[in-house]
Amino acid sequence: MWFLCVFYHRLLDFRKPEVEALAELFGEEDESPLQWRLPEHHHNDTPFHFVHLSSEEIAQNIAKRSLLVKGMYELWGEGASYEELKDSIERFPDSRKLPFLASDSTFRISVETFGKALTFDEQRERIDSFTYVPFKGKVNLKNPDHNFFLMEMDESEENNGLQPILQRRIFFGREVGFADRKLLPTFQLKSRTYLGPTAMDAEMAFLMANQAKAASGKLVYDPFVGTGSILVSAARFGAMTMGADIDIRVVRDGRGPDCNVWSNFKQYGLPTPVALLRMDNNLPPWRSGLKEIFDAIICDPPYGVRAGGRKSGGRKILKGTVDPYTVPEDKRTDHIPSTGAYSLVECVHDLLHLAARMLVMKGRLVFFFPVLRDENGSEVKFPEHPCFKLVAVSEQILSSRYSRVLLTMVKVEPYSEVIEEAARLMHLEFRENHLKWLEEGNIHSSVFKPSDTSEIRTDSKSFKDPKPKYRGKYV
Amino acid sequence: MRLIVHNMLTCNIKGVINKFPLRIEAEKVIKKEVDFNPDFLRHMLAKIEWKALVDGARSMGYTELPDHAPDTERVESDESFLKKFHHALLELHLEEGSLVCQETGRKFPVDKGVPNMVLREDEV
Repeated sequence: MWFLCVFYHRLLDFRKPEVEALAELFGEEDESPLQWRLPEHHHNDTPFHFVHLSSEEIAQNIAKRSLLVKGMYELWGEGASYEELKDSIERFPDSRKLPFLASDSTFRISVETFGKALTFDEQRERIDSFTYVPFKGKVNLKNPDHNFFLMEMDESEENNGLQPILQRRIFFGREVGFADRKLLPTFQLKSRTYLGPTAMDAEMAFLMANQAKAASGKLVYDPFVGTGSILVSAARFGAMTMGADIDIRVVRDGRGPDCNVWSNFKQYGLPTPVALLRMDNNLPPWRSGLKEIFDAIICDPPYGVRAGGRKSGGRKILKGTVDPYTVPEDKRTDHIPSTGAYSLVECVHDLLHLAARMLVMKGRLVFFFPVLRDENGSEVKFPEHPCFKLVAVSEQILSSRYSRVLLTMVKVEPYSEVIEEAARLMHLEFRENHLKWLEEGNIHSSVFKPSDTSEIRTDSKSFKDPKPKYRGKYV
Repeated sequence: MRLIVHNMLTCNIKGVINKFPLRIEAEKVIKKEVDFNPDFLRHMLAKIEWKALVDGARSMGYTELPDHAPDTERVESDESFLKKFHHALLELHLEEGSLVCQETGRKFPVDKGVPNMVLREDEV
C-alpha cells in the first residue's frame, strides 16, 4: 500500500533513513529496500513523500515512534486545483472510503498548509467545499474516530523564502498515524540534571536510537557514554543499556549523589543502565570468547573538535620518551593512570573492531563521523569494515566549515580472524588515503582556523554549496 | 555492577593467561528490582559463562542457581529457573568491592557500582 508520508521540514537527510529503520523494526521485510515516490514536480527536499508499506499497522507504528514524520496518510485524492482534487477523490474507490464515513462514527477535517497561511474563514470555506464526500458521521473535534487531512501548499517561489522544492499541490487523505513529538519537551537537555559539554540533544539522540532499532529486550551499548544522553533515548524505547567511558569522574561521580548518569535515567522513570563502567576502548577488558552480545552500538565518538578522546598511557609513554613506570605500592589506591590523546583514526578503528565482534548478526552500529565541508565538493569516504554494510548516511551541517554525518551500519558477516585481517588492511588503506587530514589535531585546526579573508572574497561567488539553504538555515 | 557485566570482563594486563573470571570481593551488595523479560534472558543465557555466574552470585550471597545451566530448549517452560537467572544476572548489584584477577591478584575496584577497568602505566 502506498501512504503519503508528511515530514517535518528539518534534518532532511535523516528523514527517510529513520522511516526505513522503523519499517524494519515494525516488521517490513529487510531484504527489499523501501520504495519511495515523489509527488509530481517535487524536489527530494519536499516534506511530501509517498512510501510503500505492507500494512496500515506498520505505517501507524512508524508514525507513532518517528521524530521526523509528522503523519502518515491514506491518500484519497490529489490535484493541482480543487477541481482536480474533486475528480481524484471521486475516482478513489467507494470500498476504501465508505467504511470511514459511516453514520455511527465521528470525524474531523484538519486543514494544513505548507509555505502559506490560511485564515480561519478560508479554512472553513475549504472544509465546506467537501460536499461531494458523503460524510455521514458526526463531527468531533477533540477525539474523532477518523481524522481527515487537507494539505494545501503554494508554488514555493512565491515569496515564502523556500527553495523551489515543490509545486502547488493539494492532498486529501485519512490519517493513519501521527508523530508524538511530546517526547522532545520532556527530554530536552535543559531539563536534564546532569549534563556534559557534548551531551547529545534529545531529538538527535532519539533519531540515533531509531536508527539503532532500539526496542524492548535488546541490549544497547555506548562505548563513549559520557553523561548518558544517547542511552537515555534508547532506554525510553525500552532497550537495556550499557555504557563505558574512560573518564571515571563522569561515570562514577557525576556532580554528586543526585546528579550523575544514573540520575539522568531515574529523572524520567527509566530503568538505569545494566552497567556503567570505566574502561579504555583501546584496551578493552572483554573476556576471550565473548561475542555477539549487543544488539546495537550507538555513540558519538570524541573527534577532537569539542572534546578529544583519551586512551591509556601518558603522552610521554606513548611517544616513547619515557618507559612505563611502576607506581609505588602505597600510592596505588588513589592513583589515576595517565592518559594520552586518542586520535579519531584509532578510535574509529577500535569502534569497528568492537562492533564486528560484539554485535549480533544484523545488529546495528550507529555513530557520528566528522566531515570537513570541502569547497571542491570532493566525495567523502567513510570508514569500512568487511563485517558491515553501510545502510544510511545522514549529514547534519554544523558550520560552514564542518558537519557531522550519522552513519548506520548493519552487521552482515560474522566476525572471524580472517575477517579481522581483511579489516586491518582496509583500515590501513583508509587511514593512508582518506584520513590524513583527520589525524590528531588537524580537524580541530581546520574547523577553528581564522578565515583567510582575501581568499573568501574571490571564492565566495564560485563556491557552490551542494546543500540548499531554507530560510537562510540548513535544516 | 551486575553479574551480567562481571561475566564479560577479564583482567587485560599484558601476558596474563588465567584471567577469567575475576573473583568478586563484595563489601556492599544491594538488590534492585528490574522488569522481567524472558526473551532477553533466553538470548543472554546462550552468551553467559555459567560457572562464572554461579560463582559470582555465591560470592554475593545468592546460592539458588543450579550448578549446571538447563538446556536452552527446556528453559522455555521453566519459569522458576528464569526468575532465579533474572535475579542473579540483573538484580544483584555489587555497589562496593573489588574484582580480583586470579593470576596476578590485581584488584579492580568497584566504587558506587562502577568497575574501574583501566590499567596503570606499568600494566599496559
